[in-house]
Amino acid sequence: MSSLSLAVRDSSTMLRRNLLHARRYPSMTLNLLLTPVMLLLLFVYIFGDVMSAGIGHGGADRSDYLAYLVPGILMLTIGGTTIGSAVSVATDMTEGIVARFRTMAIHRGAVLIGHVVGSVLQCVMSVVLVGAVAVAIGFRATDATALEWLLAVGLLVLVSLALTWIAVGMGLSSPNAEAASNNALPLMVLPLLSSAFVPVDAMPGWFQPIAEYQPFTPAIETLRGLLLGTEIGHNGWLAVAWCVGLAALGYVWSRSLFDRDPR
Amino acid sequence: MPSSVMPTPMRGDGHPSPAAISAVGLRKSYGDKTVLDGIDLRIPAGSVFALLGPNGAGKTTAVQILSTLSTADGGQAQVAGHDIATSPGGVRAAIGVTGQFSAVDGLITGEENMLLMADLHHLSKRSGRRVTAELLERFDLVDAARKPAQSYSGGMKRRLDIAMTLVGNPRIIFLDEPTTGLDPRSRHTMWQIIRELVSDGVTVFLTTQYLDEADELADRIAVLNDGRIAAEGTAEELKRLIPGGHIRLRFTDPSAYRSAAVALRETTRDDEALALRIPSDGSQRELRSLLDRLDSAGVEADELTVHTSDLDDVFFALTASTVPSRPAQSTQPTQSKEDVR
Repeated sequence: MSSLSLAVRDSSTMLRRNLLHARRYPSMTLNLLLTPVMLLLLFVYIFGDVMSAGIGHGGADRSDYLAYLVPGILMLTIGGTTIGSAVSVATDMTEGIVARFRTMAIHRGAVLIGHVVGSVLQCVMSVVLVGAVAVAIGFRATDATALEWLLAVGLLVLVSLALTWIAVGMGLSSPNAEAASNNALPLMVLPLLSSAFVPVDAMPGWFQPIAEYQPFTPAIETLRGLLLGTEIGHNGWLAVAWCVGLAALGYVWSRSLFDRDPR
Repeated sequence: MPSSVMPTPMRGDGHPSPAAISAVGLRKSYGDKTVLDGIDLRIPAGSVFALLGPNGAGKTTAVQILSTLSTADGGQAQVAGHDIATSPGGVRAAIGVTGQFSAVDGLITGEENMLLMADLHHLSKRSGRRVTAELLERFDLVDAARKPAQSYSGGMKRRLDIAMTLVGNPRIIFLDEPTTGLDPRSRHTMWQIIRELVSDGVTVFLTTQYLDEADELADRIAVLNDGRIAAEGTAEELKRLIPGGHIRLRFTDPSAYRSAAVALRETTRDDEALALRIPSDGSQRELRSLLDRLDSAGVEADELTVHTSDLDDVFFALTASTVPSRPAQSTQPTQSKEDVR
């Protein structure tokens, strides 16, 4: 068997295993969905009137704020879902089964690739579920063209991939599941410090550069632009650059952690 | 004992068996702690080899290195004809490993674990199902096959673990402390399983902290202490190295005790307990001659116990500065298993 078809075959076996875990124990994935859904409802229905006044141009109402909020909530959903990936990778590493995989003649990267592909699929599913809630409470992106939709989906997948590789590295570097869930917390906290809830220029001046150039803000601004037609500007390139950089960093980090001696 | 003096095991036809596993000067340290300090091994194909040692002796590290799970700092090793450093893939294709800690996926069922292994060995769907069904049957796991593996008892998990190891039909199997933590019944089941593997011609590399287990299963035993092989040989050879074996006679009648002590001479007396300790390897011949002498002296002991060397004796003897050569007893060829046969 050629090494590519070996890689594909072993990785898809590992993917099936991870999806089996997710299907059999859906509670963690669903729990991680609660946070974005709760934040969505909280900010729209409880804080909505105040928040809409904060997004500028005078006559904004609650539905304008909903439109503003949803792209950020979708990115936050991805961040939250990848925390689950960090936990499941860390759990996996504490089990003897991975030691067994390492002594078998299977493709070296298959264990991690299985986790990554599984996690990206879970992210997409989570985004669809949270997106459905958003649509149910009135979110519409009817002005977006088919190409813009396609790019939006591509962006969501790319962000999922990048954050997943980072989460996998976090999971591998954590001694157990609890540590992994703590170490991966920035994936959920960073979106709170981005333009997801309020525009960057409404933040204190010293904080604006941090909020503006961290990975989530360009991704959120790009998604907003694609779905709602707001100005994207340099955010598109910035978002892609962040994703590619994070994915590459996470990949190299994860591989080196995975290949180190057990102990 | 340097391993260079160990005899090359011969097969029935007089030719040396090919080595399934061989190692020269394996070294490994973690930080400044040396775990393996130059290990030499030669394990003939189709034999059972036991690496015996206390916790922390380096047994697991040796298994991890030979099974390509971690890399050695120095030395060389071949497993199934493949060098562990330059051809780890070849090694992995030939071996099966059951680690010290259960290597099953607890979240999925026993059957799914088996099918996972079949997929990773690139078996077709049909033969994967067939092998799974066979092994579940053989290891008495059919009833539990559809339950999550994390609900299994310790013994069931180990059985599943070994069943998973066998899916690829490996010719060399590493078992790292396969019975640690098992109850006596599961332990005996595990011994039975290991014996069956051997009868199929599989080479077994076993680690254990129990001398009786090594004694029960292994053709050859190496005692690992502090990162070095302190002694290597058959169970009989090792036991003869160790002066711990003895027969203990206990009396209730002080006069019987005294006459026995006179009649037997070479004894260690324990006057308070009215007990005598006679050095012995516990063989039938020695026991009979002892009883004969007691009979002709007309004394009867109230209690007779035979003590064979245990792991403690092995370690006290082997880790002392010099190993006693014990020529008096070990030169009697009739004691060894091979000659009795």
